[in-house]
Amino acid sequence: MSTLAPPPEIGPETATDPAASGAADLAAVAGKFPAGSITVEAATDQATWIVRRDVLFDLARELRDNPATQYDMMLDLCGVDYLDGGPDRAERFEAVYHLLSLPRNTRLRLKVPLTADDAVVPSLIPVWKAADWFERELWDMFGIRVEGHPNLRRLLCHEAFQGHPLRKDYDPARRWILTEDKIYKPHFNLPPQEDNRQDDLFERMTINIGPSHPAMHGTFRLMAVIDGETIVASDVEIGYLHRCFEKMSETHTWSQVIPYTDRLNYCSSFINNVGYCKTVEKLLGIEAPPRAVWARTILSEFSRIMDHCVCNGTTLVDSGGLTNFWYLFQPREEIYGLLEACCGARLTVSYGRIGGLAQDLPPDFMERSRRLLEIIPPFVDDSEKLVNRNRIWLDRSVGIAAISGAEAVNWGWTGPCLRASGVGYDVRRAHPYDLYDTVDWEVPVLFGGDVYDRFRIRMLEIRQSLSIIRQLLDRGMPEGPYIVDDPHVALPPKEACYTQMEAMIYHFKLIMDGIQVPPGETYQMVEGANGELGFYVISDGSGKPYRIKVRPPCFPIFSTFSRLINGGALSDAIVSLGGLNVIAGELER
Amino acid sequence: MSDMIGESWVTTQFEALEDWAQRNSFWPFPFGTACCAIEFMSTVSSHYDVSRFGAEVVRFSPRQSDVLLVAGTINDKMGPTLKRIYDQMADPKWVISMGACACSGGFYRAYHVMQGIDEIIPVDVYVPGCPPTPEGLMYGILQLKEKVVRDRKKHAPRIQGGEQSEPEKETIERVDVGSPA
Repeated sequence: MSTLAPPPEIGPETATDPAASGAADLAAVAGKFPAGSITVEAATDQATWIVRRDVLFDLARELRDNPATQYDMMLDLCGVDYLDGGPDRAERFEAVYHLLSLPRNTRLRLKVPLTADDAVVPSLIPVWKAADWFERELWDMFGIRVEGHPNLRRLLCHEAFQGHPLRKDYDPARRWILTEDKIYKPHFNLPPQEDNRQDDLFERMTINIGPSHPAMHGTFRLMAVIDGETIVASDVEIGYLHRCFEKMSETHTWSQVIPYTDRLNYCSSFINNVGYCKTVEKLLGIEAPPRAVWARTILSEFSRIMDHCVCNGTTLVDSGGLTNFWYLFQPREEIYGLLEACCGARLTVSYGRIGGLAQDLPPDFMERSRRLLEIIPPFVDDSEKLVNRNRIWLDRSVGIAAISGAEAVNWGWTGPCLRASGVGYDVRRAHPYDLYDTVDWEVPVLFGGDVYDRFRIRMLEIRQSLSIIRQLLDRGMPEGPYIVDDPHVALPPKEACYTQMEAMIYHFKLIMDGIQVPPGETYQMVEGANGELGFYVISDGSGKPYRIKVRPPCFPIFSTFSRLINGGALSDAIVSLGGLNVIAGELER
Repeated sequence: MSDMIGESWVTTQFEALEDWAQRNSFWPFPFGTACCAIEFMSTVSSHYDVSRFGAEVVRFSPRQSDVLLVAGTINDKMGPTLKRIYDQMADPKWVISMGACACSGGFYRAYHVMQGIDEIIPVDVYVPGCPPTPEGLMYGILQLKEKVVRDRKKHAPRIQGGEQSEPEKETIERVDVGSPA
């Protein structure tokens, strides 16, 4: 249950420019490591160090514990294979760590070069628990071995898979067939059960839930040892929706990746469009025109409302409240109407484009949006009234699967789940983008860290989103183009293609060769519906991305699942999964 | 029953009665994995209300359902699970493949994605779209209703308790959902 206290917000005023923060970090830790083990790389988006492997572990611990650096969160771990045609590298592989310091609001990127015949990194789980699944993914995708990892087996690919698919020499279409006899069976190393205990009514049993089980939201698999109703040990298996986003994006042009991003978090696909387009725009050095930015902000907030509606609706279904599901799905239908008017699609919109939007806003955009502002609140209010003081719901959710703010940060949580644990980190406030620093809104923070607060914070955020939208609508729709006027980025108008030679050539070049993004790399984040959605992209100057790594917000959150449910009742595990808002498309990409 | 037929008698064939019941009350097993599952939820919820077509009794047990509704990408890791669930369903059973991924792998021509669920199980109705609109899915369900009638002969020998012959290889019918009437 939450308490009332001033929300500790992480705001933009603490952010410094990357070069300065990187220099300050280096000054704080450099003396403790041998000369030459840390090299500063010139990067524009955030401080970047090239780190020798033998100091990585000690450096990580130092960066976390040193009061001058305080990198308390490991955001992402990304492998890169520089085999063919990539930017010049002496070593084949690189492991790239993205760190975030919440108290200082600074970021740091560590790159560890690795040779092909000795691709090993030390495990950072003792420093940041978030490293667990990221390191397994690194092994699965690149074959980079992680020394000291307690459970280094494949994470996303299936058990019969051979090879490491994100290596550049792996054929994107090479499949392997999984047969039933090879399906993973967990082995739990538990102490034997005592025979002489007083309540010896039950014996332990191992049960398997999923991957096809309604409570597992489609594609997760939970294996739990239960003693009566209590979960003694558990293991989570994912990868049942791994559909190779990152490999696919390497075989498509920059604009062709946009539909793939839709299908990451398909409950709020427009936010993914925005995140990806902003990343590529940053590499290109262009900015979307004001009209597009305005529309992106409004539609992102509508998408956030949609996402929260699904999450809260399904959480309540999992705990037996079906009525809320009907109530909360209706606002979605109404928002679908607006999206459909904008781009013709309901769910997977692909409405963002690099440099702006796919097409202009519909003429009745204002009226439709204003109508939505009237329609949505009653549904949210009604739904809240049904459960807010409902004894059953309170018993099922208060204090269940609780996690403290510090622990959540160590596990790499972001988004509403982290804010429900008392840490007011929101990308829209900490690193403002689009129009978020021009409107008046609050970052809701609750302190319970349990299922109930995760539910409530989404309801509060829906209201904040509505307020942001209302302010932007009151400001009026900016006039002007909806996409940049740059023929190397945006397609020329269709009419011009038929009448002007130049326009036709540009059209042809963009369709056939794609946007030519200059070599470089960048990391850009937006506040997705369930946390910091980051895109780390590397361009080698060809028409296709060299590497795109998504930082999926629910990935570190779901890696905590075993920790959250162990020791609790089995029925609590079901409720806590819904509240985490884990979206398989984004989790497994 | 007496309310429905009133005082009068109705004479019919048993198979016709069974068809009538089956085609108007599908019990779908929603094998929802991805984006299509969200559109399936929209179809079930109050705005579209699939119960108007008698298919709202969603059952998550293969033993209790007769339509396997595969909504979303199926990858190689999920393949054995899908096959097992199909095998566990009792006859007569049908499969609706919802969305481009389930039909053909969609635009995921990749190392971990099954290029259409008809690699492992037979499919009765393919509903295209990425994801299909709820209207598209409903049109698919209506198409399946017609197929149930057409399939009557195929299932008839089993009902009469006759010699169980090897079922004929199913011909895959592609249903155009592009323009719902």
